[in-house]
Amino acid sequence: MLCAFLAASSLSFAQTSVLFIPKPDPVPAKAGVTVEIKLPLQLRQGYHVNSDKPPDPYLIPLRLTWDAGALGSAEVLYPKPDLHKVEFSAAPLPVYSGKFELTTRLKIAPNAQPGLVNVPGKLRYQACDDRMCLPPRTVDLTLPVSISRQ
Amino acid sequence: MQVRKLSLPSIRRWILFTAALTVIISCTGVPDDVHVKNERQRKVSPDFSLKDSTGATVKLSDYKGKVVLLNFWATWCGPCKIEIPWFMDFQKTYKDRDFAVLGVSMDEDGWDSVKPYVEEHKMNYRVLLGNDQVSQLFGSIDSLPTTFVIDREGRIASMHMGLVAKKTYEHEIEQLLGAPKGGSQSGALRVPGGELAFLRAN
Repeated sequence: MLCAFLAASSLSFAQTSVLFIPKPDPVPAKAGVTVEIKLPLQLRQGYHVNSDKPPDPYLIPLRLTWDAGALGSAEVLYPKPDLHKVEFSAAPLPVYSGKFELTTRLKIAPNAQPGLVNVPGKLRYQACDDRMCLPPRTVDLTLPVSISRQ
Repeated sequence: MQVRKLSLPSIRRWILFTAALTVIISCTGVPDDVHVKNERQRKVSPDFSLKDSTGATVKLSDYKGKVVLLNFWATWCGPCKIEIPWFMDFQKTYKDRDFAVLGVSMDEDGWDSVKPYVEEHKMNYRVLLGNDQVSQLFGSIDSLPTTFVIDREGRIASMHMGLVAKKTYEHEIEQLLGAPKGGSQSGALRVPGGELAFLRAN
């Protein structure tokens, strides 16, 4: 049972290197309302990604963006990062590691038409462990939103 | 099968010999991750032609006759930031002994990030802008830092993925600078950690 779980995990990791990003489930919504969508992420053990606001301008921030278009507007909320002590910075570095969640507040326009809308998004991140860093990656995401009549 | 019994004095001699050998090996101070290859195992480094921050074209083959520390890095790479002052020290210490550091930046946005970084950190060695073709030549560089130490004949003597100790590089550079130009009569020694380090025979 445990082996099956581990095997499945490593296969998932292989798709995006060290960050496991699940495919978002369809989100039910109504025109004119705001819905909150959680995107659970998981980093491979030993790795971290920068927070959305790294203190060093050269570090690449974690960034989730959605192009909601005429459907409405999206705001992304990032969790409180962990503070990670690193040799190259006097101050601890705000990072995410292990399991964490990004929250999207999607405000549906009052005139949104009923039906399924696929909202395209991008997740940009750059992962490191304590000895090395992997190149920055931008992963394309799709958020299916099912608009029902009010 | 005949089993020879060891006398107590001979066991003592063995223990003393083993202890002395351990002390001798430890006192050489060679870090565990020194990986200088035997000359016969070294492969010729791929050549490349890249631009530096002044727009000048730099070919790796121009450095034949020198020991080169070739470091792939990026401005967003934290562990690379730790190594940069070490490499600046090496450039300063060994520049008159046929040695050069070459930094190949793998930043996607090119000189926009790299030039200010080089200026801010007062990097005293040549920095070039890398690309995917050069990365492929060196076996697809997919993590940073990745560093190659190249001997005077243009052959790869060692390769390190990720951060290693400054001492490791110092040992490798000293070994390669110590080797006479045009090859050397050398011997191999097993160092703590089980790796083969290459030392001059004289």
